[in-house]
Order: sequence, then C-alpha cells, then structure tokens
Amino acid sequence: MNVETITIIFLAFIVIGSLIAIETPNLLSAVVCLGVVDIGFTILFLLLKAPDIAITQMVVEVVCLIILIRATVNRDKSADTGERKLFGLMTTGAIIIILFMFIMNVVPLFGEFGNPIFTRVENAPSQTYLSKCLEDTGAANAVSAVILDYRGYDTLGEATILFASVIGAIALLRKKPRKKINEPDESDSLSVVKDE
Amino acid sequence: MNNSNQINIAEHSEGMSLVVRTIARWVKSFIFIFGLYIVFYGHLTPGGGFAGGVIICCSFILVLLAFGKERAFKRLSLERAGALDSIGALGFLLVAVAGIFFAGTFFVNWLSVPAAGSINSLLRKIGVGEFRLLSAGTIPVNNIWIAIKVCASMYLVFALLAMLRINDDTQEDL
Repeated sequence: MNVETITIIFLAFIVIGSLIAIETPNLLSAVVCLGVVDIGFTILFLLLKAPDIAITQMVVEVVCLIILIRATVNRDKSADTGERKLFGLMTTGAIIIILFMFIMNVVPLFGEFGNPIFTRVENAPSQTYLSKCLEDTGAANAVSAVILDYRGYDTLGEATILFASVIGAIALLRKKPRKKINEPDESDSLSVVKDE
Repeated sequence: MNNSNQINIAEHSEGMSLVVRTIARWVKSFIFIFGLYIVFYGHLTPGGGFAGGVIICCSFILVLLAFGKERAFKRLSLERAGALDSIGALGFLLVAVAGIFFAGTFFVNWLSVPAAGSINSLLRKIGVGEFRLLSAGTIPVNNIWIAIKVCASMYLVFALLAMLRINDDTQEDL
C-alpha cells in the first residue's frame, strides 16, 4: 500500500468525522468527533513528513479538546431547529456542484503524487529556501528558518492575531462581580458583563 | 450537578481524585521540561515556539485541572499570565524592530550568523556554531518570545473558559 492510498483513506476518515461532528445533535459527541478529525490530521502530517506541523497540531488539538469539553459538558443543548428551507438546500447544492467543477479542473494541474510543483518549476522559491537556508540563517531546521526568518512578517501577523483573540476572550469572559442570588434574570449569562 | 465531584474546580479547591493528583505531581515537571526542550531546540529539530509554548501551557493546565484553581493561580495568576502575554508579544516585536538599528531593515536576522570555518573548537564545545544551540541568530530568541506569548495566551483562555463554566454552574444550581 503506497502513501497515496493511505492518504486517501485518512482523508476519507477526516471527512466522515467532520460530517458526523456537524450533524450530530449532541455537543459532546461533536467535540469528540472533532478530536478524531484532529488525530487524523496529525497522522496525515506525520505520513507526509511534516513533523513540525504534526507536533503543533497534536498539542493544540489536545488543549483545544480539553477547553471545548470543559466548555460543553453539561451544556448539551441542540441548536438544530429541525427545518431546512428549500432555497437554502438548492443554494447548497449549486455551490457544491460549482466547487466540484472547479476541483475537477484544478486537480490535473497538481501532477503526480510525491512530485510537488516546486521541483518542476525553474528557480522556485522553495528550492532556494531548501538549498540556502543553512547558509543564510544558520538554522538546521528549514521550517524554523522559513517561519522566523524568511517569512517573519507572517509570524508577526500570527502572533498579533493570537494576541487580539486573547484580548477578545478576556473582554467577553472577564470575571465580574456575580449577580445577586435573588435577582430574577437568570436567562443569559452574559448579562453579568453588561451590568457592571 | 451529577458529576460536579470530578470536574468542578471551584467548589472543591483540592481538585480531582487522589490518583489524578499523584500522577499529575509526577508528570507536570516532565511536561514542562519537554516543552522547554521543544522551544530551545526549535531551530535544530522539529518544533518551535508555538508547539513548545502550548506544551508548557499543558503543564499549567494539568495543575489547574488536577489541583484546583487556588494552587494553579499561586503558580501563575491571571494577572501574571496577562503580563507575560504582553511581554512575549512586545519582545518579539522588539527583536524585529532592533533589526532597524543593527542592520537597517525591519525583521532582518541581525545577530551574526557565524561562518562554518570561523568557529574554534572551544566555542564549539560550549555550543556556538552550526548545528549547535547558539546558532541561527535571532531565530531561537524569537522562539523563546513566541513560546512565552503562546503559553500565557492559551493558559488565559483556558482559565477564563473554566471560570465561565463555574459561574454558570452556580447559577443553575440555584
């Protein structure tokens, strides 16, 4: 069994897991399915020889799973309304068909599996990175050399996004003085933030 | 609440069961040290600031889950985590801006990359040079800043979400 077949099997596994995660009415089951999907991605990255991304994916997945389980346990209310409009269904079908036609045209351009496009193009930047990174930056790990030296701006942007999202989380979830016990409005928990 | 004995960390300051606490006491330091390894060797082996920061954060989350929030906040309080978050982001930016003063361009690798022949054996023995710990200029420095930042961010988000749960629990209990 070659790598391509294993990749396709894992991709099918991931797609099935995502579909179950979307469709299941139980929130906790959805979170567990998401964990299964992430495990599939981790193994896929390892198979495709990207250990840096596999490590990051694995660790972030574990932490996110813990966070999501903490956030969804006991809050098991389905958001499924049960009805689906005909127009929405037809729009979904049309988008899926257009997407498939697009993919059918794009996939042949990728070429054979295991023969990435940067090996077939003259003077591709990827080749430069691979051959020059030790000389230019002194880093033995080419991935680190790219994300922190050649493409440092991208990493700065990522760090900024993380910083902004944490600010957003703090603003939404900060600890405020709790509501009094006898206050009537218990429906939405975010009113705690609004009151003070 | 049925399972409040196991997962509710507010009412039970001692945290989870004895088994979990014993295992966590053994394992937390190893997780921390492994995270440090991933960060410091990010420019030589697979890994880097993001992955290592989250691994370090895992050890704090383990303490928070196993021992309860009093003991976890004694190690890393929310205020200190917020400060570390800002320090990490500012440090990363500072290294980038320092490139303007030392080499004339934003985000340039301004720490000198030693050439292969110029390192004598004594320096190589203490870890300077290609394939050694002190190589690759600003890359390991940036890895450390990113690790601090990512660790503090994930810890903050986790602690805040956990405390939001607790507020909901007490409201539902009424």
